[in-house]
Amino acid sequence: MQLTLERVDLKVGVETYLGEVDLVLEPGSLNVLLGPTLAGKTSLLRVMAGLDRPTGGRVLVDGRDVTGQSVRRRNVAMVYQQFVNYPSLTVYENIASPLRQAKRLSAADIDRRVRATAEMLRLDGLLDRLPAELSGGQQQRTAIARALVKDADLLLLDEPLVNLDYKLREELREELRQLFAGRRTTVVYATTEPQEALILGGSTIVLDAGRVLQAGSALAVYHGPCSVRVAEVFSDPPINVMPIRIEGELCRTPDGAAFPRGEHMRGLPGGEYRAAVRAEHVRVNGAAGRAALGAIVELAELSGSETFVHARHAALTLIARQDGVHEYRLGEQVTLHFDPDRVLVFDTAGALVAAPRHPALERRVA
Amino acid sequence: MARIEFKQLAHTYRADPRGLEDYALKPMNQVWRDGGAYALLGPSGCGKTTLLNIISGLLQPTAGRVYFDGVDVTERPTAQRNIAQVFQFPVIYDTMTVFDNLAFPLRNRRVPEPEVKRTVERVAEMLELGAELRRRARGLSADAKQKISLGRGLVRSDVAAILFDEPLTVIDPHLKWTLRRKLKQIHQSLGLTLIYVTHDQTEALTFADEVVVMHDGRVLQSGTPQELFEAPAHKFVGHFVGSPGMNFLPCVLEADGARVDGVRIALPPDVVAKGRRAGGRFEIGVRPEALRLEAEPRNGAPRVRIEALAELGHYRIAAVRLGTHPLKVKLPEEQEPPRDAAYLCFTPALTRLYADGVLVG
Repeated sequence: MQLTLERVDLKVGVETYLGEVDLVLEPGSLNVLLGPTLAGKTSLLRVMAGLDRPTGGRVLVDGRDVTGQSVRRRNVAMVYQQFVNYPSLTVYENIASPLRQAKRLSAADIDRRVRATAEMLRLDGLLDRLPAELSGGQQQRTAIARALVKDADLLLLDEPLVNLDYKLREELREELRQLFAGRRTTVVYATTEPQEALILGGSTIVLDAGRVLQAGSALAVYHGPCSVRVAEVFSDPPINVMPIRIEGELCRTPDGAAFPRGEHMRGLPGGEYRAAVRAEHVRVNGAAGRAALGAIVELAELSGSETFVHARHAALTLIARQDGVHEYRLGEQVTLHFDPDRVLVFDTAGALVAAPRHPALERRVA
Repeated sequence: MARIEFKQLAHTYRADPRGLEDYALKPMNQVWRDGGAYALLGPSGCGKTTLLNIISGLLQPTAGRVYFDGVDVTERPTAQRNIAQVFQFPVIYDTMTVFDNLAFPLRNRRVPEPEVKRTVERVAEMLELGAELRRRARGLSADAKQKISLGRGLVRSDVAAILFDEPLTVIDPHLKWTLRRKLKQIHQSLGLTLIYVTHDQTEALTFADEVVVMHDGRVLQSGTPQELFEAPAHKFVGHFVGSPGMNFLPCVLEADGARVDGVRIALPPDVVAKGRRAGGRFEIGVRPEALRLEAEPRNGAPRVRIEALAELGHYRIAAVRLGTHPLKVKLPEEQEPPRDAAYLCFTPALTRLYADGVLVG
């Protein structure tokens, strides 16, 4: 099913929940809705589902206007953050419930579909249990199975893994990715986590303050964020953003440090810009990069395999993500290195003006 | 602040436990150093909240004793233990100002008002809440509210320990970094005993000096983040810590190493000897970060097939198969991934041997 949103607005009182949302979701596509809390993700999903009527704009299904049409008349399935199952029904009956309600299927057909879906979600050994006898992950898998069994045209998932243990999240994420890949269902998956958008792949739609900031393939958006805000939303740890001034061949930072222009910055006229570099591309001391900034260590966090160094340069706190375990003293003077060829450059209003070359961006540029 | 010690501590929620399997906490001895920053890491149901509730006195253990600085506090109620707790959701008074919220635990203990003011202002400054002190808590953002919760734990100078139960679960990824940084800085400047419960490895590893990994009511390993990463004491720890977790390959032991589906993997002689003494079912444990894929064969590196390649922004995860066994390899962004066939290289210093799920060496 193709879902089109045309200039969709949702206003409640004086507050804008959604503003001028234009989106086209292709049939069978996987779309990740990435945005911080209160970005409008749930509001947008509810409009897509037909649960809420937008205050402006149109919702089209395969070109047909369905704005305001009740969800009951459309083939939509939704999975929420909180696992919603019928507590008095077994796992089997929970999964079977949408089939019993919606369509006239023979008992044998229902049985076949319930078992096939349960097997896919590794619930086949648990069909006789009640939800209360399941772990959190199994309960959420049951809720997902119920959404999948009816073969909906549109499947909406609202941060479905947020209440699960991180290890379970990792496993389910992998399973979901494979599950979505083989279906004709159009999927929309809302999350606050950049990592989740990258792992699931497909298209990423970045939402902030009720507006779609950018939509495109996950890697194209990650490597070519159209604004500082998109770069911020799509990075964990936070991306390092600093004001720079381009003068001739040099880029100057606020405290007077300078580094040469990157290859991709060649054509930029001199003046004020904002430079952004991901924590993964910042090195501490050691091998000299072409850009070197003096900084004072505020904190070093160890994650076992990596060290996150938080260091102050001028008035900015920058983060460097290093492989391996490194010890730094609080207040230690260090040098942060990065390659100017890795720097995203934005104008002072925050719009992207130069991105490092990346295969994921080639198609768009061409 | 206090040193906390468990002696032969165990807990069951059942009135008639039939055996150890009915215990939410299996018998354990554990010491929490004065001024240590601990993370308690494990999946839901592993017993970490039970353990926290025993420290705070909300729960009386079925067996064993709890000591604060050598004093037996097992029978003492929560109110007499001087424990501060921060929960998953902010617990604050919406109608009060930020100042009054922070002052509440002090005024409750009849601390003189000038001292209340001094302490509240100091803590508010640490948490960057100074500008908000006169505002009502209602209408503040989720992270500001959680900062107030943290602050209420920090205002009391007499607490034995501060316990955190998944305090950042409801916070946006970006703000997590900011709040964690604050917490860590405060720990370093005040030297508090902190115990932080979480199921999130990033939070646990980055926050703590020492991470206590729990599974099924037992402490499986207690160590620095580096120890957990480089030498997981137990298969579960290798799997649970790290994303993706450690790869495990069933193997047989030979004189000079291990053999996985006929492929030889070098191990130090003392590890092989220890393995022979230990006996049992052997597995090689190796982290995705300790493996490399080369396009050309080198030093007898086995050939593997790349089955899938996940692009994760600044790195890639390759799913490969060695013989019949699937494993994951982390590839740096700079490396052009080999096509189809590649040669798998192990880092000998980070290749571990496990017998029946327990680290040999």
